[in-house]
Amino acid sequence: MSSKGEILKRIKANQPELVSELPDLNLLGSEQFDVLETYKTVLKGIGGDPVEVANYDEIINYIKSNYNLEKRLITTLPELSEIASLDWKAVDPHSLQDVELTVVKAHFGVAENSGLWVTDDILGQRVAPFIAQYLAIIVHKKDLIPTMQQAYQRIGNMEYGFGTFIAGPSKTADIEQSLVLGAHGARGLIVFLLD
Amino acid sequence: MSSEKIIQHSEAATKFNKDVERVNWHDETLWFVRAKRDKSAHQIADWELLRETASQIKFNVLSNIHDYLVEFEANAQRNGIIVHWAADAKEHNEIVHSIMAKHDVKQMVKSKSMLTEECHLNDYLAEKGIEVIDSDLGEYIVQLRKEPPSHIVLPAIHLKKEDVSETFHEHLGTEKGNFNPQYLTESARHSLRNTFLTRKVALTGVNFAVAETGEFVVCTNEGNADMGAHLADVHIACMGFEKLIPKREHLGVFLRLLARSATGQPITTFSSHFKKPRDGKEMHIVIVDNGRSTQLGREDFRNSLKCIRCGACMNTCPVYRRSGGHSYHNAVAGPIGSILAPNLDMSKNADLPFASTLCGSCTNVCPVKIDIHDQLYKWRQVLVKEGHTPTAKTVAMKTMATVLANPTVFNIAGKSGRFVMKNIPGMVSNKMNKWYDQREMPDVPEQSFREWYKKNSRESKEKGNE
Repeated sequence: MSSKGEILKRIKANQPELVSELPDLNLLGSEQFDVLETYKTVLKGIGGDPVEVANYDEIINYIKSNYNLEKRLITTLPELSEIASLDWKAVDPHSLQDVELTVVKAHFGVAENSGLWVTDDILGQRVAPFIAQYLAIIVHKKDLIPTMQQAYQRIGNMEYGFGTFIAGPSKTADIEQSLVLGAHGARGLIVFLLD
Repeated sequence: MSSEKIIQHSEAATKFNKDVERVNWHDETLWFVRAKRDKSAHQIADWELLRETASQIKFNVLSNIHDYLVEFEANAQRNGIIVHWAADAKEHNEIVHSIMAKHDVKQMVKSKSMLTEECHLNDYLAEKGIEVIDSDLGEYIVQLRKEPPSHIVLPAIHLKKEDVSETFHEHLGTEKGNFNPQYLTESARHSLRNTFLTRKVALTGVNFAVAETGEFVVCTNEGNADMGAHLADVHIACMGFEKLIPKREHLGVFLRLLARSATGQPITTFSSHFKKPRDGKEMHIVIVDNGRSTQLGREDFRNSLKCIRCGACMNTCPVYRRSGGHSYHNAVAGPIGSILAPNLDMSKNADLPFASTLCGSCTNVCPVKIDIHDQLYKWRQVLVKEGHTPTAKTVAMKTMATVLANPTVFNIAGKSGRFVMKNIPGMVSNKMNKWYDQREMPDVPEQSFREWYKKNSRESKEKGNE
C-alpha cells in the first residue's frame, strides 16, 4: 500500500533534529525495601491473596480445602496432577470456558506492584489464566525482585510469543468507581509464595 | 458524523452545570482519582526521575520516529504479524473492514481503543453491516446508551449507578432498581463472556509498541483484551504511530508511570505483551497517521505526541471536572485532547484550548512532562491569528487593545465605567455581559489607582518636605 511511503516521507520531513540521546536507565530502580513484605502488602492491596508455602504438598492441601475438586481444575505443573488436569494444552481454547481454577507458575514476581511474569511456554494456553473463574500462580520467594527495572533486566531478550504481567484478580471500577473483582477474567488470585 | 452541528464547549458545559448536584459529584469523583494518583506517586522515591526519563525517551522517539517505525515493521513481520499503514481515519477503517471481509466475518469484539473512537470505526463498520461489541465495562455501558466515552480511562465516569442499572435493565434484562455495582458487573460479565466465546475477530488498542522486538503491549484491568484476543482467530491491533518506544527495557519506565498516573494503581492487572500470533492464527497491526505527522511538524505542539493516554491531566483539570468529557466533542477530552484536537481540525475545535484555566495542574501531573498548559496558551494565539475565535471575543479583544493603548481613552473608560456601575448597575449587570454571567460584579472604588497614586505621592512629598 502506498500510504506507508507517504506517511514515512511526511514523518521524515517533519521530525525534529535529534534532541535527546536515550537516557541511562541504570539510574533507576535503586529503591531499597523488604521485597517479600512489600510483595505481600501490595498484592493484598489490589485484591490478591498471598499464601506462603514450604512445598507442593502444602499447595495441594490448600487447594483441596479451598476449591471444589468436583469442578474442572487445570494446571501445567506435573507436581499438581493429583488435583488438577494436565491434559488440556492442545484443546480448543473455547473449551476451557468451564474451568474453575487454573494453576500455573510464574517466572518471577515484582514487589513494587505484585505483578507476576508469565509467558506462553509456562501457561499451556494463552487464555488459561484469563478464562478460569479463579487463578492461582506459584512463584519462588527467591524469584521476587524489587521493581520493574529489575524485571526487564531479567526478561532481557527472552523469547516468547506472548507474555504478561498479572497483578491481582481481574477487576473493574467502571460503575461509579466502586471496585468489583472479577470483571471478565479470574474473580480471585492466590499467589503461592514457595520457599 | 460530519453533518452534526458541534456544540461549543462553553455551551455544553453550561448545560452540564444545570444539575448542580451531579456536577459536584463528578468533580469530587475525579478529584478522588487524582488524590489516589498523588498517593501512589509519592510512594515511589524515583518518581520525578521516572518522569524525566520517560520524557527523554519520548523526545528521542519523536526525533527518530521514522527509523523506529521501519525497525518495528521489520521485526513485527519477522514475528509473523501482518503490518498495515493508514494515512487517515478513512483508510484505517477500510483496512479493518477489509480484514473482516477477507474472513467473511460480521461480528467483532473490541477492547478499549481511543484510536478507533477517533476514527469513528464503530459507525463505519455498522454501515457495512458489521456488529461491534465494546468489551471494556465502561465502554460497553456507554455503547449500550449510544453515547461516546467521556474519559479515556474511565469511559462512563459521568454516569451514576442508577443510570447503569436503568441501561442494563433495558438491554440485559437486569432487575429494575437494583443499583448494586457487583450485581451489575456480574450481569455484564455473563453477557460479554458469551461474546468472547463466539467472536472470530478481536480488535484491541495498543499502549506501547517496541521497535527493537516488534511486539506490542496492551494494558487492561478487566482482562477483556486478552479474553478477546486469545479466543479469536484474528487479532487486529490499531495504533497511532506515536505509541512506539525504542527498546523493550523502556517498558519498565512506562509501565511504572502509566497506571499510577491513571488511577493510582501500582500497575494495571494485566500488561500483555503480544509478540507472535498463536499457531495458525492471524495477528494484524494497523499503524495510523491521521494528522500525527502534521503535529510532528508543529514545533510548539509536537510534544503532545509524547502522550501515553493516562488521563491524569483530565482528573486534575478544574474545567474538565466541572464540564464533563462530552463537552469537549472530541474522542480525547480534557487538557491533552484540547491540544490534540485543533491539529485534526482547527475550525471545529477552536473552542477547546480556551476550555482551561491555564493553571498548569495538567502539566504538573503529566507522567511524560508534556507542557500542556503552555501548548493550550500557544494554541489560543494561533487560533486567534487564524481567525477561529467567536466574533464577540474578537471584537472585545480589539476594543480592549485600543483602550489599553491610549491613556486618555483608558482614563475616560475607567471613569465612565465606575460611574455606570455605581449609578446605573443594570447597564453592566445584565445577560449581555459575559463576565457578569458567572460572577458577582465588584464594588466600585471611589477612585482609580492612578487618582489614588497622584494624591498619595503628593501627600508623601509634602510630608517629606516637612
